Amino acid sequence: MKRFLLAAIFFAALVLIWEILFRAKIWSPVLLPSPGQVVTYLESAAADGTLAKATVITMRRLLVGYVIGLIMGLPLGLLTARWKLFHDTIGTLALGLQTLPSVCWVPLALLWFGQTEAAMLFVVVMGTLWSVVIATETGVRNVPPIYRRAALTMGSKRFHIWFKVILPAALPFIVSGMKQGWAFAWRSLMAAEIFVTILTGFGLGQLLHYGRELSAMEQVIGIMIVIVVIGLLADKIFFSPIEKFLHRRWGTSQA
Amino acid sequence: MHLTGRHRSSATEELQVIAPSKLAIENVSKSFRGASGSVLALDRVSLNVAEAEFVCLVGASGCGKTTLLNIIAGLEKPDSGLVLADGKPVTGPGRERLVMFQEPALFPWLTVLGNVLFGLKLKPNLTSKDRRDVASYYLELVGLSRFERANIHELSGGMKQRVSLARALAPNPRVLLMDEPFAALDALTREQLYGDIQRIWKARRKTIVFVTHNVREAACLGDRVLLFAPHPGRIHEEFTVDLPRPRDINSVDLAAYATRITKALKSLGQPEAAVTG
Repeated sequence: MKRFLLAAIFFAALVLIWEILFRAKIWSPVLLPSPGQVVTYLESAAADGTLAKATVITMRRLLVGYVIGLIMGLPLGLLTARWKLFHDTIGTLALGLQTLPSVCWVPLALLWFGQTEAAMLFVVVMGTLWSVVIATETGVRNVPPIYRRAALTMGSKRFHIWFKVILPAALPFIVSGMKQGWAFAWRSLMAAEIFVTILTGFGLGQLLHYGRELSAMEQVIGIMIVIVVIGLLADKIFFSPIEKFLHRRWGTSQA
Repeated sequence: MHLTGRHRSSATEELQVIAPSKLAIENVSKSFRGASGSVLALDRVSLNVAEAEFVCLVGASGCGKTTLLNIIAGLEKPDSGLVLADGKPVTGPGRERLVMFQEPALFPWLTVLGNVLFGLKLKPNLTSKDRRDVASYYLELVGLSRFERANIHELSGGMKQRVSLARALAPNPRVLLMDEPFAALDALTREQLYGDIQRIWKARRKTIVFVTHNVREAACLGDRVLLFAPHPGRIHEEFTVDLPRPRDINSVDLAAYATRITKALKSLGQPEAAVTG
C-alpha cells in the first residue's frame, strides 16, 4: 500500500510538472498541450469509439501475429537445439535475423503484400519469431543432462521427455524469449502502422500518424499514453504472473 | 482416507514388497575417448549381486565405478560384456532399476509431490488416486509428508536427497542404484540417512548397488564392499562386512573394517584417494 502510494505521488508529480511547464508557456501550446487537453481528447476518442476500434484492430494484429510467431518459433527452436543441421542453418539464420531491427521488415512486407493486413501480420511474426527460436534453443541446450537421464530411468521416452522434461526445464529461457519477442513485435507493429495506411482498419499507430498530420499534439500524446498503458498491462496481466510463478518454483531472485 | 474398494486394492497392490532382482555383470568393458586418447574405464569386470543384497563399490575417482552403475542402469552401453537382471539382458534404462544421482536430479518445475509422482505417472493401470496414495506413502517413509507442496529449492540438501530416494522408490523398482548420493551432505545429515536407508532397504527389500568414495560409508551400508582399482577400472578386492544391522557409522567394529579397506585402497598407490570416514 505504501509502495502504491509513493508510485501514485510520483506520477501525480509528473503530471503537475507537465501542467506547470504548460502554464509557463515556454513552448507553444501547439507543441505542448496541457494534461487537460490530452484527457479531453482521450475522452472524446473514447466516447465516439475511435479509440476502442483502433485498440481492437491493433491488438488483433499483434496477438494473431504473436501467436503465429510462437507456434512457429517453439518447434523451430526445438529442432535447432536437437539437430546440428538445423542449428547450423535455421539457428544461424535466426541469430542473424534477430539482430535486424524488425522495422526493417516493413519495406519488404509492403512490396510483397501491399497495403494489407498480411503485411502487418508478416512484420509482427518476424518480430516475434527469431527471439522465440533463439530463446527456445538456448533454453533446451541449458537443460542439465541429468534431468534427461533421471527421466529415462523412470521410463520416460522420446516425446514424453520432450514435453514433460526438456520443455518445462527450458521454460525460464522460453518465457524470457517470449517477452523479448512480444516487445519486438509491439515495436515493429507500431512502426508499420505509422508508415502504412491500410484501409481495412485504423490502428493506434495510424491514429498517432494522423495526429501528426493534423498537428494535433493532444492526440499524439494521448495515443502515446494509450500505447504505454497497453504495454504495461500486457506485462502485468500476462508476463508478470508467469515470471512470478517461475521465480517461486525455481527459487530465482524476485524483482 | 476414503478409498473405494477398487482404489484400495490397486494402490495396495502397487505398494506390495516385490521380489528384488539378482544382477549378473559378465565381462563388462568400456572405454572412453578422452583428450589424451582412449581410456579403459572398465576392463572385463564381472560381478554377481544376489537378491536384496546391498553392495558398495568404492574406489578413487576415475576407477569406473560410476560407469559400471550407469551400465547397470542401462544409461550407457558396454563395449563388450553383458548385464543380466534376473537372467534377462539389460538393453536400456527402465523403471525396474532406478537411479539416485549425486547431483540433485529433482525437477525444479515440479513440487516435491510432483517429483515423486513423475515415475508413477509413467506406470500404466494406476488411477490418479492410486498414484497419490503411493506417493504419500513414500514421502512418509522418508519423513517428508509435511513437505508435499514444497518447491524443490526450498529444501535442504538432505531433504532433497530424501525426495530423490522417495522418487526412486515410488515406481517400486527391483534394483536401486545409488551414485554417491550422500557425498554433498554434511556429516550429521549423512548419519541420519545411513539409518534411514538401512531401515528402508529392510522394509522394501531392494537390491542395492551403491557407489561411494567414502570407505566408512561403504562399510556401514554394504553386505559386501568391492574395492575398485583404476587404469584400467577393475575390481581389486572384495570385503564381506559381517556386522549386525542396523549399523552405526561410529561403531568400533565398523572402524576395523574401514581400516582394512582403507589399507587396501592405499596399497593401490593412490594415497590422495578419499579416505574420509
